[in-house]
Amino acid sequence: MVSGLINANPVVYEKKERRVRSAPSDADEYAVESIDQQEVFDHIRDIKDPEHPYSLEELKVISEDAIEVDDHRSYVRVTFTPTVEHCTMATIIGLCLRVKLIRSLPSRYKVDIRVAPGTHSTEAAVNKQLNDKERVAAALENPNLLDMVDECLAPSYE
Amino acid sequence: MELEDGRFELREIQKLEGHTDRVWSLAWNPVTGVAGIPYVFASCSGDKTVRIWEQSPSTASWECKAVLEDTHTRTVRSCAWSPSGKLLATGSFDATTAIWENVGGDYECVSTLEGHENEVKSVSWNASGTLLATCARDKTVWIWEGEQGNEFDCVAVLQGHTQDVKMVQWHPTMDILFSCSYDNTIKVWADEGGDDDWACVQTLGEPNNGHSSTVWALSFNHSGDKMVTCSDDLTLKIWGVDTISAQSANGYAPWRHLCTISGYHDRTIFSVHWSREDIIASGAADDAIRFFVENKDKDGLVDGPLYKLLMKEEKAHDMDVNSVQWSPGEKRLLASASDDGTIKIWELAPVSC
Repeated sequence: MVSGLINANPVVYEKKERRVRSAPSDADEYAVESIDQQEVFDHIRDIKDPEHPYSLEELKVISEDAIEVDDHRSYVRVTFTPTVEHCTMATIIGLCLRVKLIRSLPSRYKVDIRVAPGTHSTEAAVNKQLNDKERVAAALENPNLLDMVDECLAPSYE
Repeated sequence: MELEDGRFELREIQKLEGHTDRVWSLAWNPVTGVAGIPYVFASCSGDKTVRIWEQSPSTASWECKAVLEDTHTRTVRSCAWSPSGKLLATGSFDATTAIWENVGGDYECVSTLEGHENEVKSVSWNASGTLLATCARDKTVWIWEGEQGNEFDCVAVLQGHTQDVKMVQWHPTMDILFSCSYDNTIKVWADEGGDDDWACVQTLGEPNNGHSSTVWALSFNHSGDKMVTCSDDLTLKIWGVDTISAQSANGYAPWRHLCTISGYHDRTIFSVHWSREDIIASGAADDAIRFFVENKDKDGLVDGPLYKLLMKEEKAHDMDVNSVQWSPGEKRLLASASDDGTIKIWELAPVSC
């Protein structure tokens, strides 16, 4: 069988159970709510892979452990693992992660996105592009790219 | 008063709102703020517009006098006034550069420069206003010559950078062009034959103590014998040239690394601007604005740092600072543009006791 897909047969993993976020009953509703690893993971776990009908969580492209949050410094770093080493979709996945976090987190947050060290053949080039906000801004003005990103971010109906 | 002895504070004079997306860049009109002419500057944004701001002589507050829209179809990344202050050039992600003329208070687009394959990232006029340089993600730098009737002809397409070119800047007195890039280098271009025979005469890269990541911006001191560059590698670098040999060599002499200012910024430094009084302002993705001056008191240490931090404004904006620009004229005014969609006007003033 000839397949046009980069990774025709990805390994699909089970989804993690969704934990209910516990809020203390005496919480001050006006207090600034701090953001943690789990919340950031919840924002991005359902992003669809650009090639497959699976989420980034199901393909283990992202995991809760690979998210670093420093709420005090308003800083998040997401490290993702492309399913194959030469995955040309890595920049699209990174773009999806960035756009989802821009839309979900307060604007005070600084976000770095990177591929896990040693998991991609052009790791440095991918990381550099994903963290150059001018390149990201230009990419998001490209209707074709934006369509791809929006497709991946669209809510799934299970 | 010696700058390095005094204590300074940065006063926020005004916050200007109006752009509906991040503000990428701004440019002061060079002939304003002197001889009773009110200050004017232009700003450009991800909202695809350019705004012209003017200080009211009566209230001293800045107001938006014009919104230049419906010309660029994508982000306007860069803007620059010609030295006479009569023309404004704007470079856009739509791959074009527009030339605007102020006709009785209205700004008309009098020319559109097409040729770049994709996003134009920076525009710069030479000292005499006869040449305009543009650069783009297509890795090229173009030099345009202004003709009669607002016609612009491309006289050179400069190839050499291996990645997108972030900024072009002419030397303040000589027709030597500088460009900096995502390929981590700064290139120097000169017209060697004097007949639009433009070529790269020097590349300042990592082997020459240069930057190890994207170089975002550069700025010259008043006399043009020093240049500062800023980068994604979180450093500022000062470069120098021997002006006497530059003059005898008809313009070009090699630039060399003088020092690296590191350890101050936490995130990418997007903008740097050198004032007439030799205060270097920098704006970065850590939302802060910093000021550096030459360190004249090195405590007798020969190897002491050549530049030191004068002061920093920690939360200058709510988001990344994309551009910092000193005003023309006598006042120590600085304008800053940010991802938060605002522009701020600041005055750097001695602390009053």
